[in-house]
Amino acid sequence: MFELLGIPPQVLLGQLLLGLINGSFYAVLSLGLAVIFGLLNIINFAHGALYMAGAFVAWMLLNYLGIGYWPALILAPLIVGAFGIVLERTMLSRLYHLDHLYSLLLTFGLALIIQGLFRNYYGISGLPYQIPAALSGGQNLGFMFLPNYRAWVVVASVIVCFGTWFIIEKTRLGAYLRAATENPVLVGAFGVNVPLMIMLTYGFGVALAGFAGVLAAPIYSVNPNMGEQLIIVVFAVVVIGGMGSIMGAIVTGYMLGIIEGLTRVFYPEGSAVVIFIIMAIVLLIKPDGLFGRPA
Amino acid sequence: MIKKLAISTAAMAAVIGAPALADITVKLGVLNDRSGVYADLSGEGSVVAARMAVEDFKAKDKGITVDIISADHQNKPDIGSNIARQWYDVDGVNAILDVPTSSVALAVADITAEKNGVLIDSGAGSTALTREQCRPTTIHWTYDTAALANGTGAAMTKAGGKKWFFLTADYAFGHSLEENTATVVKANGGEVVGTVNVPFPATDFSSFLLQAQGSGANVIGLANAGGDTVNAIKQAAEFGITQAGQKLAALLFFVTDVHALGPQTAQGLSLTEAFYWDQNDATRAWSKRFMDTHGAQPTMVQAGVYSGTMAYLAAVEAVGSAADGKAVAAKMKEMDFDDPLFGKVKVRGDGRAIHDMYLFEVKTPDQSKGEWDLYNQISSISGEDAFLPMLDECDFTKK
Repeated sequence: MFELLGIPPQVLLGQLLLGLINGSFYAVLSLGLAVIFGLLNIINFAHGALYMAGAFVAWMLLNYLGIGYWPALILAPLIVGAFGIVLERTMLSRLYHLDHLYSLLLTFGLALIIQGLFRNYYGISGLPYQIPAALSGGQNLGFMFLPNYRAWVVVASVIVCFGTWFIIEKTRLGAYLRAATENPVLVGAFGVNVPLMIMLTYGFGVALAGFAGVLAAPIYSVNPNMGEQLIIVVFAVVVIGGMGSIMGAIVTGYMLGIIEGLTRVFYPEGSAVVIFIIMAIVLLIKPDGLFGRPA
Repeated sequence: MIKKLAISTAAMAAVIGAPALADITVKLGVLNDRSGVYADLSGEGSVVAARMAVEDFKAKDKGITVDIISADHQNKPDIGSNIARQWYDVDGVNAILDVPTSSVALAVADITAEKNGVLIDSGAGSTALTREQCRPTTIHWTYDTAALANGTGAAMTKAGGKKWFFLTADYAFGHSLEENTATVVKANGGEVVGTVNVPFPATDFSSFLLQAQGSGANVIGLANAGGDTVNAIKQAAEFGITQAGQKLAALLFFVTDVHALGPQTAQGLSLTEAFYWDQNDATRAWSKRFMDTHGAQPTMVQAGVYSGTMAYLAAVEAVGSAADGKAVAAKMKEMDFDDPLFGKVKVRGDGRAIHDMYLFEVKTPDQSKGEWDLYNQISSISGEDAFLPMLDECDFTKK
């Protein structure tokens, strides 16, 4: 049997699949960021904190109200999205006429506050959240053992990502949204309620973060810092894909998950930085990102 | 009536007697992580434990006034050093307690020796504190990486886990824990079949776990801590690694981490600790008081802060002053302590506190009768077997 750089092919296949799973999280999170940036021009640094909040809301629903994983998968994003709408109405909407930097600073501050509050109430060690019974166990694929839950993560993220892409790029609602980004005054003159649309878009982007949080809760440690560790990587994904490009965020998310997975086999020590190296190279060669349009 | 009289007589005696008692003031600084990864295992809980020690020592009745302050070192040596300097120079601190994170602890140990204070370290793991970088004013109370390796490493190798694969957090602590454990594994007839250095901190361990699975090892040694270990164990269960017969060895794991995982995921895991709240009546009674104030069960680090503070105050009382840190540390090395939490403790010439360590196994969900009912005790390891022998050049009682 052939070997690639001393790695047997079945191991390689397994690592590719694992990369795809991690890429699913990157894709859902960077998609939310891209939607918010592309349509609202807000660099949402609170995205990681809201992802964490999604995981915590799932935990709270289970432990305080006895609501399990499946309803939480719908409810937690709604709750996080509603919270996002409150943020948008009370704070972010005041900053639209200012430079990007102001919304970046505001959301960064919000992220620190949200994390601090959770840390204060729930500590740093994290909370247990079990894999739902219907998805426990796994399949033996011959080259690796694939937990059912991970397979579900890939399926769920693909559906959500391409659903979002379809709505924004292919439907009338999406056309209104894109038009409102180009020229809010003109779209408003046609009788479209632009502020409402912007508010709901932010809520939707944030709900995607909450959704990723619920997906992550059974497999990663549910703790107040879980978003902080991920958000920087996700920002790199968005930059590589091209700021604001919906398709770019999705494709880059999966692609970088796979590249990171392969690095973990060939040179594990470098797996934490490989994404940033790629980001640096992309910025040098194609500053608008792989899928971005020149500004 | 008689009782009342007795009380007032006692009170009078106390008032009259007070000036005759040694009038000692002591200032203690609890320096640890109050917001980061080690905040739950040390943090405010360690301050609570230090206060309980002052209360239980009845310092006031003995004419000792104790003041406790605390600060967050954020796991950064530069920040920790600055606070330590300020405490000794400006605030008049006599002893610094806890100090998790080995890099910070080593920096603070140097400053403490320079300023003639005392460092009673509970939270850090590095053996260097009492070996390569030993200082006359350092007391290392609770555990170190060698004791953990001698506990978990030896027990699992003897139980048939001869082939080890390490997932090592790629920084000083992880490498030192791996090295200590590998030595113990080899000494017990085992071998190391592979190692992967995992960037720190990490969220997804599945790639690394699969490499460990493919290595044919029967034990996967987790030379990491905190959230990294929690994630690795959670994902090992998910990928059916533990079910397939490979065992996990969590080399540094605290009761708060097990609590975070829950017994469903953590069951059967072996780990080594110096203290568990549910060991005997004394630990249960103390832990209940702690729980009432702090809202969580104590970790061994927090219990170690309590017990170390008790020992320190006893030495201060014996010396008659807290001003000379070297003298107090030397006194601690002469005394024998019998502690409600750690049992018999003897501080060696190099500052290493010698006490029993315990090997625990995490209970199954059926066995666990409460949120914090998490461990079965498997065996105890005597202090002499658990800790490394003293280096001659570090025996400060000789000099």
